[in-house]
Amino acid sequence: MAAAIPLSLLVLLLLGPGGWCLAEHPRDSLREELVITPLPSGDVAATFQFRTRWDSELQREGVSHYRLFPKALGQLISKYSLRELHLSFTQGFWRTRYWGPPFLQAPSGAELWVWFQDTVTDVDKSWKELSNVLSGIFCASLNFIDSTNTVTPTASFKPLGLANDTDHYFLRYAVLPREVVCTENLTPWKKLLPCSSKAGLSVLLKADRLFHTSYHSQAVHIRPVCRNARCTSISWELRQTLSVVFDAFITGQGKKDWSLFRMFSRTLTEPCPLASESRVYVDITNYNQDNETLEVHPSPTTTYQDVILGTRKTYAIYDLLDSAMINNSRNLNIQLKWKRPPENGYIHYQPAQDRLQPHLLEMLIQLPANSVTKVSIQFERALLKWTEYTPDPNHGFYVSPSVLSALVPSMVAAKPVDWEESPLFNSLFPVSDGSNYFVRLYTEPLLVNLPTPDFSMPYNVICLTCTVVAVCYGSFYNLLTRTFHIEEPRTGGLAKRLANLIRRARGVPLL
Amino acid sequence: MAVTDSLSRAASTLAAVLLLSFGSVAASHIEDQAEQFFRSGHTNNWAVLVCTSRFWFNYRHVANTLSVYRSVKRLGIPDSHIVLMLADDMACNPRNPKPATVFSHKNMELNVYGDDVEVDYRSYEVTVENFLRVLTGRIPPSTPRSKRLLSDDRSNILIYMTGHGGNGFLKFQDSEEITNIELADAFEQMWQKRRYNELLFIIDTCQGASMYERFYSPNIMALASSQVGEDSLSHQPDPAIGVHLMDRYTFYVLEFLEEINPASQTNMNDLFQVCPKSLCVSTPGHRTDLFQRDPKNVLITDFFGSVRKVEITTETIKLQQDSEIMESSYKEDQMDEELMEPLKYAEQLPVAQIIHQKPKLKDWHPPGGFILGLWALIIMVFFKTYGIKHMKFIF
Repeated sequence: MAAAIPLSLLVLLLLGPGGWCLAEHPRDSLREELVITPLPSGDVAATFQFRTRWDSELQREGVSHYRLFPKALGQLISKYSLRELHLSFTQGFWRTRYWGPPFLQAPSGAELWVWFQDTVTDVDKSWKELSNVLSGIFCASLNFIDSTNTVTPTASFKPLGLANDTDHYFLRYAVLPREVVCTENLTPWKKLLPCSSKAGLSVLLKADRLFHTSYHSQAVHIRPVCRNARCTSISWELRQTLSVVFDAFITGQGKKDWSLFRMFSRTLTEPCPLASESRVYVDITNYNQDNETLEVHPSPTTTYQDVILGTRKTYAIYDLLDSAMINNSRNLNIQLKWKRPPENGYIHYQPAQDRLQPHLLEMLIQLPANSVTKVSIQFERALLKWTEYTPDPNHGFYVSPSVLSALVPSMVAAKPVDWEESPLFNSLFPVSDGSNYFVRLYTEPLLVNLPTPDFSMPYNVICLTCTVVAVCYGSFYNLLTRTFHIEEPRTGGLAKRLANLIRRARGVPLL
Repeated sequence: MAVTDSLSRAASTLAAVLLLSFGSVAASHIEDQAEQFFRSGHTNNWAVLVCTSRFWFNYRHVANTLSVYRSVKRLGIPDSHIVLMLADDMACNPRNPKPATVFSHKNMELNVYGDDVEVDYRSYEVTVENFLRVLTGRIPPSTPRSKRLLSDDRSNILIYMTGHGGNGFLKFQDSEEITNIELADAFEQMWQKRRYNELLFIIDTCQGASMYERFYSPNIMALASSQVGEDSLSHQPDPAIGVHLMDRYTFYVLEFLEEINPASQTNMNDLFQVCPKSLCVSTPGHRTDLFQRDPKNVLITDFFGSVRKVEITTETIKLQQDSEIMESSYKEDQMDEELMEPLKYAEQLPVAQIIHQKPKLKDWHPPGGFILGLWALIIMVFFKTYGIKHMKFIF
């Protein structure tokens, strides 16, 4: 009897927390996404984003249970009273002119900007401690951030998350352009992901492929967001982004066909079991059923259209959580193929050999309508041998003009001419069909100023050297080889001098 | 009667003696077992691996350090117990034809950089000051945990240094140097603060033996790749990468360590035999006079591995559910919903607001000591020259 009561109590206790457990829904969620964008220059950009949203008020104490949100960053937020944190590591530069506008660009090196809560009293001290802690987490030299490279912007870098008032006193911004990004920064970044690099999209993150790129940028963004449409409470959002641009010539060997395997040397096998959404978006704006310029394997079942960064774009969606996608073939390897090869049909280049033959470059180009095409060649100036200079070297040296041979479509069809009947000016070039006419144009010759030595210098050098040799060497020679003896000063009148003169002439000793 | 008494007493004493002897034999047997269990007296392992050279042509020093890092990790020492200092970045160097790799064998057989590497001090942080601070523990309070050597008096520490050195010094990044006397003093500080149980010091530089000549603290064993007056040579260049990949001494040490696993019983005498003069061209040296145990009793895994003594138990332990925290967190959820004001996102570029904001006035600070001192001097000189009586004309 007495034992039954504690037993029942025990049972109740055991059921109690279990009961709460069943009623509680998961309070954090993970969404992962990969966007593959073929760029106008033939390269491919891949942008990964891993977003963990945690519905919790971290400012109150007592948070000790971390599930998907990494504990290292959660403790940072509560200890240093952060409102927002943005940290990025980048290698390379996003070339907007060739690649188009980026989703999210970061400066080369390391960039850290942080908004603190209004409850922080000594912002500079918190900033210094925060940068030290982050340098330990991400294995970077962020401890070099101090007052010499920190600023407080007054107008830009407004908070990207929820903010009721923005007193810029609580903002700090620093950039370390000398910071290098390498595998030692990627390893702790990967360890913050819930599925690490074992499942889902993160299996593609292999360092030896990710760093063999023209642009590599990895970032961590933490900010408070609205939990629901009413926006009465806060959720914390952690976004980890990684953007890379694969170069067509380095990794693609000049071909513009891409596949996940060629880019990352891996394929996707299974989704991350902790993710509520796991998708791959491929930009197929150039994909047109009729023209068939770009082909995507496997064929997309769903597409997404929207105005992104000012232009209307279409994306093919591959959902890893969709069982049909993965079950058909145990792995998912998305391939992009360009159907019609682009303009450059023929290039012939014969490099020069010194004093033997010149450069020869021949290209067959199809010029698009209503456009300007520029062809340029870089050259360096070298020094010639002194006998190879012309007598007037300051005039410069000539480079032969370029030749443009073109078939221009004509507005009116011409009929074939009889060479004997027609005037001479119409029979310069043979015409095969009347729809276009042949023309050969030349550019101006180029006059290049080569570095010219000073030809008067040998003469100057000889004069100077001879003077120096004569004065110095001659004096030394005299000093070393002549003997000196003392001569008495001569005393005597004019008569004596005359007599000595005559005696000297006769060869007789003097008086 | 007395005979039986004495006989019984003798028998009892004999029995007692026998019992005692059995007991002592048993005790010494247990002691032997315990002895074997705790042979070396250390409970944890640390490693401090330092590469002190900068620039692409010193690729081999980074490869040296990374190969020791790889062996040490493979044999069980976790990243939290390794302080890795690399003075330059070779893997992602623009001159590296295979980014994110550092090779130790030509034909790119072994990538010692790997996929899971954590460098604690890198690039400009590798200085003599930081190195000595790590060893002695005198670091600024804001240093993160991964950059500290948190060893205690039961720690065995492995210290490996490589770079360019000379007779009595080691060069750090071509701009400063550490002398053998400073190093010996640092180790003595560590001993005084009881920061190590035993220490193994390995150095792979030219004239490396000069660096351990001055040690005077107990329990230190040292190895060097060359004697005073000799140069340590590099092993082999790789035509694709264009530089020498490893130094000879560390190359053969790596080969030796690749055959060690956490259970192996190889001892230090085998490590002393690695790389004889025929292979290394220089004469490796070692110093064991400060070390208390015999090198043949010291296992390689005492320093290079982290062999934990594990005792398996079959009892079960009950874990308690903490019901209070669950309840309070559930309540917290409900409280959150009651915030009245909806929150909003900030406008990214509020042009009107920016144009009309006033620049914040800088806080007024009273004049500093220098200005005050200067004025005091001027006033004092004035009154000394003209006398106090002129004050009435001023006031």
